[in-house]
Amino acid sequence: MTTDLYHDRRVTAGLLAEIAALAAKTSKPVRLMEVCGTHTMAIHRHGLKNLLRGAGVEMVSGPGCPVCITPDGFHEAAIGLVTGRENFVLATFGDMTRIPTRIGSLQTAVPAPGSAVKIVYSPAEALDLARRNTGRDVVFFGAGFETTIPAIVVTAKRAMAEKRTRFSVLTAFWTIPPPLRAILTSGEARISGFLYPGHVSAIIGLAPYAFVAREFGLPGAVAGFEPADILLAVRSILEQIRDDRPRVDNAYPRVVRTEGNPAAREVMDSELEPADAVWRGLGLIPQSGLRFKPRSSAVDAAVKYGLHPAGDASDAPGCRCGDVLRGVISPPQCALFGRMCTPDHPRGPCMVSLEGACLVHHKYRGPLRAAKRTP
Amino acid sequence: MCLAIPVRVIALDSSDDTGKVDYMGTKIGANFALLKDIRVGDWVIVHAGFAISRLDEKEARETLAMLREVQKASDDDRFIS
Amino acid sequence: MEKISLELGGGGKTMRDFISRTILPIFGNARLAPLLDSALLPGKLAFTTDSYVVDPIFFPGGNIGDLAVNGTVNDLVVSGAEPLFLSLALIIEEGLETAALERILRTIRKAADRAGVLIVTGDTKVVRRGQGDGLYINTSGIGRVVAAPKPKSVRPGDKLILTGTLGEHSLAILAARGEFGFENPVKSDCAPLTFLLPLWKKGVRWMRDITRGGLATILSELAADVPCPLLIEEKDIPLSTAARSAAGLLGIDPLFLACEGRAVLAVPENRATGVLETIRRHPGGRRAAVIGRAEKTVGRPGELLLRTQSGGLRLLEPLTSELLPRIC
Repeated sequence: MTTDLYHDRRVTAGLLAEIAALAAKTSKPVRLMEVCGTHTMAIHRHGLKNLLRGAGVEMVSGPGCPVCITPDGFHEAAIGLVTGRENFVLATFGDMTRIPTRIGSLQTAVPAPGSAVKIVYSPAEALDLARRNTGRDVVFFGAGFETTIPAIVVTAKRAMAEKRTRFSVLTAFWTIPPPLRAILTSGEARISGFLYPGHVSAIIGLAPYAFVAREFGLPGAVAGFEPADILLAVRSILEQIRDDRPRVDNAYPRVVRTEGNPAAREVMDSELEPADAVWRGLGLIPQSGLRFKPRSSAVDAAVKYGLHPAGDASDAPGCRCGDVLRGVISPPQCALFGRMCTPDHPRGPCMVSLEGACLVHHKYRGPLRAAKRTP
Repeated sequence: MCLAIPVRVIALDSSDDTGKVDYMGTKIGANFALLKDIRVGDWVIVHAGFAISRLDEKEARETLAMLREVQKASDDDRFIS
Repeated sequence: MEKISLELGGGGKTMRDFISRTILPIFGNARLAPLLDSALLPGKLAFTTDSYVVDPIFFPGGNIGDLAVNGTVNDLVVSGAEPLFLSLALIIEEGLETAALERILRTIRKAADRAGVLIVTGDTKVVRRGQGDGLYINTSGIGRVVAAPKPKSVRPGDKLILTGTLGEHSLAILAARGEFGFENPVKSDCAPLTFLLPLWKKGVRWMRDITRGGLATILSELAADVPCPLLIEEKDIPLSTAARSAAGLLGIDPLFLACEGRAVLAVPENRATGVLETIRRHPGGRRAAVIGRAEKTVGRPGELLLRTQSGGLRLLEPLTSELLPRIC
């Protein structure tokens, strides 16, 4: 399976020329929100941010980085567990360990005797830790959207089936459609369309986005993550603007089915129920989170350890991660960006996560002066 | 966080939905509980060790054909560096 | 109370800041201050030291012994010095198998012979079980200066030559540790760079071995030292299939991965073809390539730019911190 065409310079040039021609005909400036943090990273990493700007399309980052939108209370609960309990393992994805909270980060925390923080690639690795360390409690601290949640739930079900009473999950589960509505309703972000997340859509399908076109008249397209995938989706959105026919286009059909992945949704529905949730930057959004149903409380770390992690979603003083996550400002517009807040000394989560808009901006920004053509 | 890539299934253990996938010569364990009727040789998308979607080869070929058309017609370098 | 974190030793910006803020003010002197790979001493001598704490001590393509010789030898070569003598200090953890230690010592002898250096002094210590991962090694090296690297003389049009594929050492260590549970045929590229020594006489202006922080970090440091921006082309950077696939699967950027037998050189445009051919004739340089140049039309002085395969342009910065295990 060759992927070279997806990175081909001629393909990029051709799609950009088409996009520029379409953008030139629109009456308003084109501002598209990439909802997903993995898109934010891909757009910067491949240098598409500046290329698209040159073609008349401004990309703004959205709330699609689970590490970023998880309020401090969750991270502090995780730190409290590993520092307060002996012979305890807290397993989580790498990005989660560096989030600076009021009581430090998981990386700077000194675990209690016999306890440790362990970085894993998959929730299944965390369950393996519980199988190997039968004398220690293992908690998987899982933050994620619909892409990741089914994997964590499968792992939790497996743990219950195996009666691994020492294994539990601290959930920070978020669903993508509700914040899109919140962003559109507030009207602050002034966007002309959405680049929908490719892998979240592989699970939820296209229907959950239908309200964006129907109620708000905005176009959108599900995008893959290679440069050509992203440009194909942008082109589709501009065509929808030209034709004044907003809809939900699937520009990633090799991976995303219209109906998503029903088996994965069934797994989620079997153990989880919707709940109101507080997002960093966005505040309380009705029915935007998922939590374990009472029947699954055996693997729910919040029940097992009496945690109430939601609560406060405020930022550190001066930090504008909240505005960045809503697409209201771009990272350099925050007074801390690049000065008080850098990848070495992050003040907010958007400078920590590998997919955080601020870190990505800092790490992958274009040349300081617009590039000239070279022979 | 939502990084996921196309890989080929090279081993399956239907007793616990686990197996192994290959990406250009690198092999890694994967879980198939979220996909039905997976066979060795299938292409799937893996995220955090779990296959979340099957790669549709017909759609993949169509997208590539479309990109090839774009490549052929591409003669405007104004918007690239 | 502030404590030393693992991140400090990662070879990124945190570590460089610590050295310049905490170490230099105490020891600062004219020979230390440039913070080069080797110090230049009276009598045309170069002097360097390095400690090796890799975990595990055996890995595909080598062991801590190769690493301890080649790492120090390479620091001398890229400083413009012909390596002559090495010291060897062993810090052994109680319980290490004697056979393993002997195997490593034989590797050290072989690597020293290959690089043309003599081990002339040493030290052996044993620490309690749990105080070291089997074996730590320190080597110091002395070399005879044959050339002076001149980063300031790099001019627009100069070519950047990479001597081989990127990232195999880091990935071999990750695989050997069982991190993330992946299997990959990749082997460490650990090797001496002594074959590059004659090139100092062929007009090479500057060279560095690509260790912690990877190509992006090392060229960012060069960019800060030269009067013009540097531009590298993603499509021209050689990668082995194994490294490409492992990096793709794990979402790691090979531009930031460490090697132990690769270097990048800055060469005047009219000497580039000759230098490239010489490198490619050596088994350690068969996949060498021109990967970029010093620019005059794109970017600003101080910047390192990457033209992506798809035609985008972005700024590369030194590695800040990555959660990677100890690799050297």
